[in-house]
Amino acid sequence: MDIKEIIKPENLVYQKTKLMTDAPLSYCPGCGHGTAHRITMEVVEEMGIWEDTIGVAPVGCSVLAYDFMNIDMTQAAHGRAPAVATGIKRTWPEKFVFTYQGDGDLAAIGGNETLHACNRGENIVIIFVNNGIYGMTGGQMAPTTLPGMKSSTSPYGRDIATMGHPLKMTELIAQLPGTYFVTRQAVHTPAAVRKAKKAIRIAFETQREKKGLAFVEIVSNCNSGWKMNPVDANNWMVDNMFPYFPLGDIKVNGELIK
Amino acid sequence: MAKIIGAIEVDVEKCKGCGVCIPACPTDVILLAKNVNGKGYHYAYMEKPEACIGCTNCAVVCPDGVISVYKVKMAN
Amino acid sequence: MSEVKLMKGNEAVAEAAILAGVDAYFGYPITPQSEVIEYLMVERPEDRTGMVVLQAESEIAAINMVYGAAGTGKRVMTSSSSPGVSLKQEGISYIAGSELPCVIVNVVRGGPGLGTIQPSQADYFQSTKGGGHGDYRLLVLAPASVQEMADFVDLAFDLAFKYRNPVMILSDGVIGQMMEKITLPAQKPRLSNEEIIERYGDWATTGKPSTRERNIITSLELDPYRQETHNHKLQAKYKKMEENEVRFEAINCEDADYVIVAYGSSARISQKTMQLARAKGHKVGLFRLISLFPFPKNELNKLADTVKGFLAVEMSAGQMIEDVRLAVNGKKPAEHYGRFGGVVHSPEEVLIALEQKIIGG
Repeated sequence: MDIKEIIKPENLVYQKTKLMTDAPLSYCPGCGHGTAHRITMEVVEEMGIWEDTIGVAPVGCSVLAYDFMNIDMTQAAHGRAPAVATGIKRTWPEKFVFTYQGDGDLAAIGGNETLHACNRGENIVIIFVNNGIYGMTGGQMAPTTLPGMKSSTSPYGRDIATMGHPLKMTELIAQLPGTYFVTRQAVHTPAAVRKAKKAIRIAFETQREKKGLAFVEIVSNCNSGWKMNPVDANNWMVDNMFPYFPLGDIKVNGELIK
Repeated sequence: MAKIIGAIEVDVEKCKGCGVCIPACPTDVILLAKNVNGKGYHYAYMEKPEACIGCTNCAVVCPDGVISVYKVKMAN
Repeated sequence: MSEVKLMKGNEAVAEAAILAGVDAYFGYPITPQSEVIEYLMVERPEDRTGMVVLQAESEIAAINMVYGAAGTGKRVMTSSSSPGVSLKQEGISYIAGSELPCVIVNVVRGGPGLGTIQPSQADYFQSTKGGGHGDYRLLVLAPASVQEMADFVDLAFDLAFKYRNPVMILSDGVIGQMMEKITLPAQKPRLSNEEIIERYGDWATTGKPSTRERNIITSLELDPYRQETHNHKLQAKYKKMEENEVRFEAINCEDADYVIVAYGSSARISQKTMQLARAKGHKVGLFRLISLFPFPKNELNKLADTVKGFLAVEMSAGQMIEDVRLAVNGKKPAEHYGRFGGVVHSPEEVLIALEQKIIGG
């Protein structure tokens, strides 16, 4: 059968959601941000809530998330997205509000805002993309940089004695009674993407039911910052990031997974 | 028995040639082209189109959302 | 129906916010303005008007909650005192940069650093010259009474929405803590969500209907030429404020030989000084600034044609005096007097300074 006969509108089984704009993504080739954006927007589309969804973009690689997500969005100061989202959600409690943040934004400069939004049990969704490095500013050490991992500000590897430990923010906030659904996912394989999308769906359903804060960490790659090609970066992530940041649900229905 | 034939369409100019789709394909359909697009990227294309089963794996994992997937059921 | 009440300045701000139909208050306690949030928590405005009150984890979080809610077209405010307002500066810069309306109350205390909890006017520069990073201005109103603490809340919101710009009510520990009899306005209804969408749907992030493009609240522009264009737009807006929003009160300035320029509690004190001076036969007037930005420079410059000298009285080492001198532009002497670091000058001290620096000189 000729390809032209297959590629017809009636045979379409998958295409980019209309909630992603046609602007070319500003991310490096192979970066997980694009996938994380897309599945977030797919969930919003599938739930039919795009007219009632307001996103909050961070500072970091995904600062321009509002260029790519075709919904109303506010760009927050570095680390302040959970506070910005709180302001929106408290004044529009019937809307769906989510933040999209990287590890420097969420776990370093915005640690306090993250902790307190979680602790108050704000009915928002936080999507947390953790690639263990500062991507936008050129590969500096993040709070989630692994022990011994090289970055431009830990050029000889992260020295735990002087630079501290990688921060497991997701485990930390799971301890707070305000969080209802806490999970860690990845987007490096088709199966992982499908699982991560299901988790994001649960997160938005949690918000719909006003059960508390839903937090989805996505462990991702940074092939530029890690100085690898995209496929190798994904493999390195599996071998090195996943042991320290294991995938899976951490808190479901308000209960910690044993 | 119904046979499923699939095909992918790559938005060549938006493909960054990251190659993440290649290991995601269960039937080894995709390779990066020798030619480049306007940005100089070796874009993804169907090297073995006859093997495509339209499973959507490549599109699901594509960070830039440049792959659309089509599928037909052939009764024979 | 208006109501007469005896209230603290801080309480008046809080009550006025409820009555003005404000949608939300986000704050963090700090002396000498904690009564604002305390009053709101006691009053339960959620029950009265549906107004949201939230104690944030920090001033930084509070101003960013304001930023988020202001971006959706809601009427939102915060209050703090000097060290807390310093913490808010990042957020205020973002709010100014993305052109959002909101009201910030600063009940100033002595600094620098943790300073003192006593009254001061040493945040003049920070309030009127920008405060955070970048070329921006706040519209700054300076109440001199508990009544004005109440009245300026609604006025500030009107101006904030007129210009889509943050407005600061610059008070001080004296006005915040003192009690006076005031007349409260009638309750204004809060806007409904539908009204907000109708009025501000062209910019507010209230959720994107299929009938319009998405709204984005951001202060980021990577293209320097476009950022310059945006800055030109901001400057044009500030110029418009200078043309239309100058507010002041000139008392006994018509026949004055000498004029005291002051705002807030210093203006109250200087009014007494003016009386003492007049009793001694000196023709002294008081030029009370109500808007600090825009600064009434044309009016002061005109006054310089008829008076012999100016004394700028402020509880700082000399900040407003710089604007007074720019306005007077060398036509007549303009000197500064003020106690600072939390010390409040007396009318008699101001009189001595007036006699020594201006009249006697």
